[in-house]
Amino acid sequence: MNVDLLFDPLFRLPFLTGLLLAAWLPVLGLYLRLRGEWLAVLGVAQLASAGALGGAVLGVPAVLGGAGAGVLAALAKWGLKLSRDSAYAAMLLLGWAAAVGVMSNHPLAEHAARAVFDGQLYFTGGGHLAAALAVLGVGAAVLIRAHRALMRARVHPALGPPGDGVRLAFDLVVGASVGVAILSLGVMATFALAFVPAWRVFGTAPSWRAALRRAVAIGLIAYVAGFALALVLDQPFGPAGVAAVLAGAWLAPPWRGLAGGASGTR
Amino acid sequence: MTPPGTVLLEARDLSVGYDRPLLRGLNLQLVAGRVTTLLGPNGAGKSTVLRALGESRLRLAGRVWQRPGFRLGLLAQTADGQIELPLNGRELLALTGASPAGLPPWLSACLDWRLDRLSGGQLQYLRFWSIAAAPFDCLCLDEPGNNLDARGLAALRAWLQAPPHGRAVVLVTHDASLVDAARQDVIRIAP
Repeated sequence: MNVDLLFDPLFRLPFLTGLLLAAWLPVLGLYLRLRGEWLAVLGVAQLASAGALGGAVLGVPAVLGGAGAGVLAALAKWGLKLSRDSAYAAMLLLGWAAAVGVMSNHPLAEHAARAVFDGQLYFTGGGHLAAALAVLGVGAAVLIRAHRALMRARVHPALGPPGDGVRLAFDLVVGASVGVAILSLGVMATFALAFVPAWRVFGTAPSWRAALRRAVAIGLIAYVAGFALALVLDQPFGPAGVAAVLAGAWLAPPWRGLAGGASGTR
Repeated sequence: MTPPGTVLLEARDLSVGYDRPLLRGLNLQLVAGRVTTLLGPNGAGKSTVLRALGESRLRLAGRVWQRPGFRLGLLAQTADGQIELPLNGRELLALTGASPAGLPPWLSACLDWRLDRLSGGQLQYLRFWSIAAAPFDCLCLDEPGNNLDARGLAALRAWLQAPPHGRAVVLVTHDASLVDAARQDVIRIAP
């Protein structure tokens, strides 16, 4: 156990990269849950991991391969207009089969596979940070513009679904974000940060604004704890990150009493 | 604001349905400032008519003309999407651009509550208001009296007696007191 590592300048860049993603993924997770598409993260993540491994074999930087495959997965889902859960399940199976196939037959893919499946955040560099900044900036701009259409489709479906442009932009943001995140945090830590905080606050937050704040808070606190734990114990980030997110969600206050109204009236 | 009496939408020989027509030969004119009530038994196609006014894929035959820039707001019968959602009343109104001004006091006090903490009647009136107070040209209200208690129904009747100027209202209801309150154009639909 080496606590001094926490203050080593070598890990500042990876910490910042993960911090940005830990703030962004819970937000994305809330919108995915709003649309009943939380499984998308896992489906896109598996396809993106296959893309990253394929990219490594072809000499393409892993972060580009992952983001590119995530974007292609989003385009396929949008273009084929597949029913949502079926599409994500198919992506998950296809991505897993392709990733294991590439990993088993190309030694070059092995290193990338460790980054994708273990979550080797500590070996990320400036490219990962730039990619995280890009998906956060573009994604936030898209969500600010798409918020009303996405929310109306849930609460007033009779007013019509979001336009094709809104849906495509949202799917592309999900694809690129997940593709970038798995190369830094790992597949399961990415899924945990997108799924768990949103799941935790959806039933209890008194408003959408509060849900956003609370989900981001859970994501950030859990990330910092997971980062420190993995570094001090010399472990890959993925498992420590997942454990910290689960613990953070479990320890988060219930908040139910602040939601207003007579509990249980509906 | 659209002057009262302006024709906003006109349908001629309209057939609506899904795979096959549920209803044929409907003629309908929606005029700013007037309430049109569709009456008929369950399954006659009243709700489908409302949806077809906004969704061309449900129009199987006939012609529909809309005033340029026409915006249609539709209040559906059910509120499934609001369950298990961290959204409060104020945020619901903001989604359609509806102003909370004019809400009955018994509902104004609940605007900061989550929608799934409201009673069925409170939620129904808030859903109605999110469409009725939004900047739509035509308000299609499908059973807006569902779940409302006497106080809610009274507020709805008062609104129907003096609907917003410059807008057309299409009402589908089985509640005789709401039909009486609207007291304008009535179209009877038979299956």
